[in-house]
Amino acid sequence: MPILDVQSLSKSYRQAGGESTLAIGNITCQVESGEFVSFVGPSGCGKTTLLMSIAGLMAPSSGRVVVNGREVHGPPRNLVLLFQEYNKSLFGWRSVLGNVRFGLEARGDRSAAAENEARKLIDLVGLKGFERHYPWELSGGMQQRVAIARALAYEPEVLLMDEPFGSLDALTRLELEDTLLRLWAELKTTIVFITHDIEEAIYLSDRIWILSRRPSQIMQELKIEFSRPRHQVTTRAEARFMELRNDIYRQIGNQGIS
Amino acid sequence: MNLLQRVNWLGWSSFVSLLLVWELVARATPKLELYLPPVSRILGALGRALAAGSITQHGLVTLGRFAEGYLLSAVLAVSLGALLGYFRAFHSLLATLIELLRPMPSVAIIPVAILLLGIGDAMIVSVTIYASVWPILINTIDGVRNIDHTLIDTGRTFGLSRWRILWEIILPGASPYIVTGLRIGLSIALILVTTAEMIAGSKGLGFFILDEERAMNSANMYAGIVVVALLGYALNGLFLLAETYAMKWRHGMMARQAA
Amino acid sequence: MRLGRFNGIAFLLALLALWELLAQAQLINALIIPPPSKILGIFFDLLWSGQIPLQILVSMKRALAGYLLAAAVFIPLGIFMGLSPTVYRFFEVIVEMLRPVPPPVMIPVALLFFGLGDEMKVFVIFFSCAWPILLNTIDGVRGVDWVLLNTARSFGLSRGKIIWQVILPACSPQITTGLRVSLPIMLILVVISEMVGSTDGIGYFVLDSQRRFKVAQMYAGMLALALLGYTLNQLFNFLQRLLLPWQRGRQLE
Repeated sequence: MPILDVQSLSKSYRQAGGESTLAIGNITCQVESGEFVSFVGPSGCGKTTLLMSIAGLMAPSSGRVVVNGREVHGPPRNLVLLFQEYNKSLFGWRSVLGNVRFGLEARGDRSAAAENEARKLIDLVGLKGFERHYPWELSGGMQQRVAIARALAYEPEVLLMDEPFGSLDALTRLELEDTLLRLWAELKTTIVFITHDIEEAIYLSDRIWILSRRPSQIMQELKIEFSRPRHQVTTRAEARFMELRNDIYRQIGNQGIS
Repeated sequence: MNLLQRVNWLGWSSFVSLLLVWELVARATPKLELYLPPVSRILGALGRALAAGSITQHGLVTLGRFAEGYLLSAVLAVSLGALLGYFRAFHSLLATLIELLRPMPSVAIIPVAILLLGIGDAMIVSVTIYASVWPILINTIDGVRNIDHTLIDTGRTFGLSRWRILWEIILPGASPYIVTGLRIGLSIALILVTTAEMIAGSKGLGFFILDEERAMNSANMYAGIVVVALLGYALNGLFLLAETYAMKWRHGMMARQAA
Repeated sequence: MRLGRFNGIAFLLALLALWELLAQAQLINALIIPPPSKILGIFFDLLWSGQIPLQILVSMKRALAGYLLAAAVFIPLGIFMGLSPTVYRFFEVIVEMLRPVPPPVMIPVALLFFGLGDEMKVFVIFFSCAWPILLNTIDGVRGVDWVLLNTARSFGLSRGKIIWQVILPACSPQITTGLRVSLPIMLILVVISEMVGSTDGIGYFVLDSQRRFKVAQMYAGMLALALLGYTLNQLFNFLQRLLLPWQRGRQLE
C-alpha cells in the first residue's frame, strides 16, 4: 500500500472580488514508502497549496488524501510540513536545542533522554556546537538545518518540504542537498519535495511530477534512475541528466509563467 | 571602556551642581524655607523618618498594594488579551465595549470604586488593576494578532492542539509586545496607587506626602517624594533585569520605550 | 468585517439592556448603580444646561496649557539633546532621576507652590508630559539618517536652517508619537490634580458628585470624560493629517 495516496485532489480559492480561482485542478498520484519524490512546476502554479492540502493544513475542495491508510482531515500524526519561510517558522525564543526538542515534545517525548536524541539530530544535520545559539544568530542555511532537525525529531513517516532551499545561495544549496540525501538514506523517511529548481529535483529524486500552470495538474511523471548515493559532480555530469533537465525545462517553458 | 570612562561624569556633575545650587539658594533665602527647604534638611528629615520607621511603613503599604494590583492585572490582562487576540469571534463581541471604555481616563474610576468598596486596600488595589489592565491588554492583543501565520501553521503541522499552540507558540511569540505593555502597566500602576492614596487613603506614601504638605512639613513631603522616586527607580530596574533575562533570545539591543 | 462590528454593538446593547432591567427591578442597588436610562438622562440635562461643557472647558484650559508648555520646552530640549552628545550627557542624570517619579506625587509640591489654582494643574501636567515628549524627540533626532543631514550640509545650509528644514520634519513622526502618548497622560493628570486639589473642572465634578451621593451625576461625568478622551484622540488624528499629511499615521500603545 502506498504510504501517500492523493486522489483527485483539487482546491479553489474565493478571491476578494468574489470570484473563485482553481489553484489545483485534479491531482492524483501515489508515493511508496521510502521514496524521494519531487514536484516541479512554474511559479505560482499552486505547489504550496498542494503541499498544504496534503499536510492537512488546508481542506481540499474535492478529492482526498490518504496517508498510511487513513484519510487526512487535519494534520496527520505521521507527517510534517517544512515551510518555505523557515526563518518565520523557527521559534525565536528557543535555542537550537530547544527548537529540535520541540519536535520531540510534539510527539510526546519530554523525557531526559529526549535531550540526547535532539543532540544527535543536531549533529546529524551538521550543527554540532551550536546547540545554545538562538535562531537570529544563525545564517539562512543553518536555520534551515535546524528546521530540518526539528522536523526529523518528530519522527514523521512522511516529510513534506516546500522549496526549502529556494532562498539560499547556490553553494549552501548544494551542501544542504547532500545533507538531506544523507539523512534520507539513514532515516528512510518518505520525502515529498517541491522546488522550482529543475536540476535540484533531478539530483534528489526517485520520481518527478511535472505540474502544469494553474490550475495545476500532473503533466508528466518521470522516473529518475541514477544510482545512489548521488554525487554533485558525477551524477550531474551524466548525459542523461542534461537530457532530463532539458526535457522538463521545455515542458514547463511551453506553458510560460503563470 | 573601563568603569571610570563609562560613568557620565558630566551628567553627575550637573546633577550634583543643581543640588548644590538648591542647597545654597534655599539656605540664603529664608522666605523659601516653606516651599523649598535645603537639600540637607530634606535628607535629615528622610533620615529621621526612616529611623522612626514611619516612612518605611508607608512605603511597604504602597509597595504591597502596587504588587498586588500590578501582578493581578498582569495575569488578568495577558490571559484576556491572549484569548481576545486568538479567538476572533470573542474579540468582535467585546470590541465595541473596549473601544468605548478605552478613551476614558482610568482614574475616573476612583469615585465609583470608593462608592462600591469604600476607602481602603480593596479600593486601591481594584483601581490599580483596572488602570494597569488596559495597556497590557491592548498590547497583548496586538502581539497575538501580529504572530506570523507560518508560526501557527508550524504548530499545527506538528500536531499541536489549539490550546497548546496558544500557550507554547503564540504567547512566547507575542512576548515582545506583551513586555511593552507590562512596562507601561508598571508606571500606570504606580501612578494609580499613589493617586488613590492621596484621594482616599490613610496610609501609604501617597497619603504621607499629601498629609505632610497639608501640615506644611515641606521637608518631610520632599523626603516622601524621594522615597517614591527610589521605589520607582527600583521597580523599573527590576523590570529591566527581568526583561533582559527573559528576552535574551532577541537581538541584544532593546529599543528604548518612552513613557 | 461588517458582521464583526454588528456583533460588538449588539453585545453592548444587550449588556446595557440587561443593566437597565436589573437596575429597574432593584436586583442591583440602583443607588450605587443606577439604570443607564437615568444616567443618560442626567447626562443630557447637564449637557444642555451647560454644566458639563463648562467643566470640560475649565479642565481643558489647564490641560492644554500644561501640554503645550511641555511641548514648547521639551521638543527643543530634546532636539538639542539628540543632536549633541555633550548636551545629552549634561542632562541625562537629571532626567533619569526625575523620570521614575510618578507624576501625581508632584501634586503636593505644586500645591505648596501654587495653591489650588490653575497654575498647580498646569505645572503637574507640564511635568508629566515632559518625559514622553522629551524621550521620543531625542529618539527621533537620533534616528535621522546621516545621509539626509550630509545632503543638507552639502547644499550649504546653515545650522539653524538644517534644524528647521531637515531635522524637524525628519523626526516629526517620532515627535508626533511623543505628543500622542502624552495626550492620555495629560487627561489623566488633569483629572487627578482636580480630584486632589481643586474646586472645579470635570475631574472635581466626578469626585464631588460621588461625595454628595449624586451617583447618576457621577456616572454622567465619567461618560463625559470618555467622550472627551475620544474627541481628543480624533482631534489629534485630524490635526496630524492636516499639518503633516505626508506622514503615515501610526497606531499606538
